[in-house]
Amino acid sequence: MSLSETELLNAYRRMKTIREFEERLHVEIQTGEIPGFTHLYAGQEAVAVGICTDLTDEDYIVSTHRGHGHCIAKGCDVPGMMKEIYGRQDGLCHGKGGSMHIADVERGMLGANAIVGGGPPLAVGAAIACRNRRNGRVSVAFGGDGSCNQGTVFEALNLAVVLKVPAIFVFENNGYSEHTGVDYAVGSHDIAARAAAFGMPAEHCDGSDFFSVHAAMARALAHCRAGGGPYAIEAHTTRFYGHFEGDPQLYRAKDEVRRQRETMDCLKRFRAVAGEHGIALAALDAIDADVLKEIDAAVSAAKAAPPPAESALLTDVYVSY
Amino acid sequence: MAQKSMRDAINDALHLEMARDPRVIVLGEDVSGGAGGTSGEREASGGIFGITKGLLPKFGADRVIDTPISESAIIGAAAGAALAGLRPVAELMFADFVGVSLDQIFNQMAKFRYMFGGKTTCPAVVRLAMGAGMNMGAQHSQTIYPMLASVPGLKVVIPSNAYDAKGLMLTALRDDDPVMFFEHKALYPRKGEVPDGDYTIPFGQAALVREGEHVTVVALARMVAFAEKAVDAVAKDGITCDLIDPRTVSPLDADTILESVENTGRLVVVDESPPRCSIAADIAAIVASRGFRSLRAPIQIVTAPHTPVPFARELERAYVPSPGRIEQAIRQVFKE
Repeated sequence: MSLSETELLNAYRRMKTIREFEERLHVEIQTGEIPGFTHLYAGQEAVAVGICTDLTDEDYIVSTHRGHGHCIAKGCDVPGMMKEIYGRQDGLCHGKGGSMHIADVERGMLGANAIVGGGPPLAVGAAIACRNRRNGRVSVAFGGDGSCNQGTVFEALNLAVVLKVPAIFVFENNGYSEHTGVDYAVGSHDIAARAAAFGMPAEHCDGSDFFSVHAAMARALAHCRAGGGPYAIEAHTTRFYGHFEGDPQLYRAKDEVRRQRETMDCLKRFRAVAGEHGIALAALDAIDADVLKEIDAAVSAAKAAPPPAESALLTDVYVSY
Repeated sequence: MAQKSMRDAINDALHLEMARDPRVIVLGEDVSGGAGGTSGEREASGGIFGITKGLLPKFGADRVIDTPISESAIIGAAAGAALAGLRPVAELMFADFVGVSLDQIFNQMAKFRYMFGGKTTCPAVVRLAMGAGMNMGAQHSQTIYPMLASVPGLKVVIPSNAYDAKGLMLTALRDDDPVMFFEHKALYPRKGEVPDGDYTIPFGQAALVREGEHVTVVALARMVAFAEKAVDAVAKDGITCDLIDPRTVSPLDADTILESVENTGRLVVVDESPPRCSIAADIAAIVASRGFRSLRAPIQIVTAPHTPVPFARELERAYVPSPGRIEQAIRQVFKE
């Protein structure tokens, strides 16, 4: 499925928004104003955006601890996310979730999830809802290479095949399960093949190339919407920062990230082929400038926003109790 | 009124609500049974205890879903389906299997609403068959509800009879929070009067099973019938008891217990679980801290010992609190 110029510009805008959101968080975290534990998505933007570009608010995604990119790609409110990460009262989850638990059900975003492998079973459940409604919608489970070694993921892959539900399992192979290399931790070295062994079509794609991810997702969507059951995509990518902010990354070669920022930067790669898709670089420059302003405004608003009232401690544990 | 077993009463509730609300689905191992079998019998079991019998022929395979033996995926799929607008009922064939699915219960479904700032509901019911008495050994016999009652975000329901089981199940199916519904296996065949129609029993409202003035006895699930025997036995000697069945332990109707202790000044709590961090210990602590001045004797708790559930008939019999032990505790607390 080829995208219109507007759709391509929107996709670029979302990738750039994710990048600037994360680059800015990397700076702001060092001020000590942001509470807790943050995992940045910079470097993987083409995966989230390539997967979510053709999804609607009625399609579901389930995210991970490294979830900011998935949220932005699915259309979550960016200033609301920034406030949430700062732990503010009018953050997207009223300051009760934080970086690892951002959700927005109205956008079909069923939550970032701080348990590695926690999400895929949930995605299968949402896929049962899609199947039963027969409305052509799908449910996407994002997970890293680390998640592919969790038993919950095996269970979810098999259950999706058995029930023949429209679930799409996206494995973002960024090379590291926390501080451990994927070549060490994934015994078979091939996550897509592992998913295929459960009985679903699975493919590899270039996770630094928006067009490669988007094409894979188009095949996955066609398969699911035709009632073919689940599909898996292993996107090869990298992260430009550590497992979490503050990770000294002693497990990475000294110039690895520098080299990857040259060759695996999805924004540079998008720009390199923009002309072939009828996109003028000036249009991308204008988006870059816009996005910088939006992120600036989001950070300023988050810093100025009030924290939750202490009374919020006790609310929303239950609907009724 | 019709006499029905607790098995049929829960089955009734599922039939009624599935007919009323198309969002209700049932999933679990062998909930219909027979999928992929060689007999061609598509509903070969209706759940190993028969609780989900008749649902598949009536509501179809989209809504009555046989799963592989994958408890994490069963509970997780229920949680995800609930987030996506369905009202799933997941079955854990034995409550002990909470062990292999715990993350999906206590890190996922219990916390969504709070973590997401009140923007979601997770109206899932998890049915768990529990309890000793059938010599099923240490991994198929536990009453593991104290662990889940300690988790904020979960509701925990423990019926003691057929009538309550149906009314509480209908409430659970219409509740917008995740509900852990514990069914004692030994109670499945026990009959009681159960109306055919629709009725609900609110959570957090204890039942006063017997009324008396000397001792308050609190008991759950199978222990309610055992406590009734004990209470009736001591009544012959003029000792009368309030017998309270909390029916749900999260929320817990502490007020009814505290009010009763205010009148009797004496408390016996009976629980089939081991004593440490149990519901018995919890209720004793609540009464000790909020009702201390009402107490005229030390609280007695009657529980299983701090051991796994044993296998041999003689050992299992010794493990489960007996009517005799409950009677002894009532006499002891009355004497002091």
